[in-house]
Amino acid sequence: MWTWFYKLASPPYVYGVAAAFVPWLLGFAALAIGYGLVAGLGIAPADYQQGEAFRMIYVHVPSALLSLTVYTVMAVASGIALIWRIKVGHAVAAASAPIGASFAILALITGSLWGKPMWGTYWAWDPRLTSELILLFLYVAVMSLRSAFEDPLRGDRAAALLAVVGVVNVPIVHFSVVWWNSLHQGATIVKLGAPSMPGSMLWPLLSMWLGFMLFFGAVLCMRLQAEVLNRERQASWVREAIK
Amino acid sequence: MTGDFWSMGGYARYVWPCYGIAGAVLAWNLWAAGRYLGAAKVRAARALAMASGEAR
Repeated sequence: MWTWFYKLASPPYVYGVAAAFVPWLLGFAALAIGYGLVAGLGIAPADYQQGEAFRMIYVHVPSALLSLTVYTVMAVASGIALIWRIKVGHAVAAASAPIGASFAILALITGSLWGKPMWGTYWAWDPRLTSELILLFLYVAVMSLRSAFEDPLRGDRAAALLAVVGVVNVPIVHFSVVWWNSLHQGATIVKLGAPSMPGSMLWPLLSMWLGFMLFFGAVLCMRLQAEVLNRERQASWVREAIK
Repeated sequence: MTGDFWSMGGYARYVWPCYGIAGAVLAWNLWAAGRYLGAAKVRAARALAMASGEAR
């Protein structure tokens, strides 16, 4: 039953699987994002309160959800690496951090652009916005800590520890709109009960979300290959792999 | 009709930069990952070449 888990601890196996997945993930991501763009910009009706400005949801929500998902992936991989001393776990965490940081930046910028016409300001020290900014700082701290040590193993361990501790911020970001008074609207799709959107608006959003997730998978696989190569440079299997 | 689409009900200056920046972030991710992987392959090839040189 655990054979697949042990296989994932093998750098050559992970390198091969990651290389094989990239074109498929990119292809399906392009399809999902393409449909999401056409349906979200051209077919979905305007919102009765926000008008056409609501269409920013199709990039803001997937990027915000992805910033949280990537952090969770990074923390779980770091936890696995710390507990079972699996080097591939550190490689997954190192590969995830810059991707997650870029989507946290995207979520903050698109949220800011959406906030101006709706709230009258680009920025407010609101619980959701502030906790998302802290998420970005955590990504930066994890990346900085990893490269602050001369010994890569110590850097990996220190960054993994911070990633695991920092995961406490993920539920804070998600539930900030429930726990505190917030300018930000409540959850739209990731919540208990039915989503608060009609299907014509919801399907493009789900498609964009899926597309962003698949895109993350593809970029993660590319970066993971690089991280594995950087860690296994001297291994005999690398000669065959980079031919 | 096309004009209505591009004006986004008066919110064009918020909606289109939002999509433009999203496109730029996706493109950067793909470019940076490709470059990082390429550089890792070059480093690995150099390390292997040096190792085989030393063996001789």
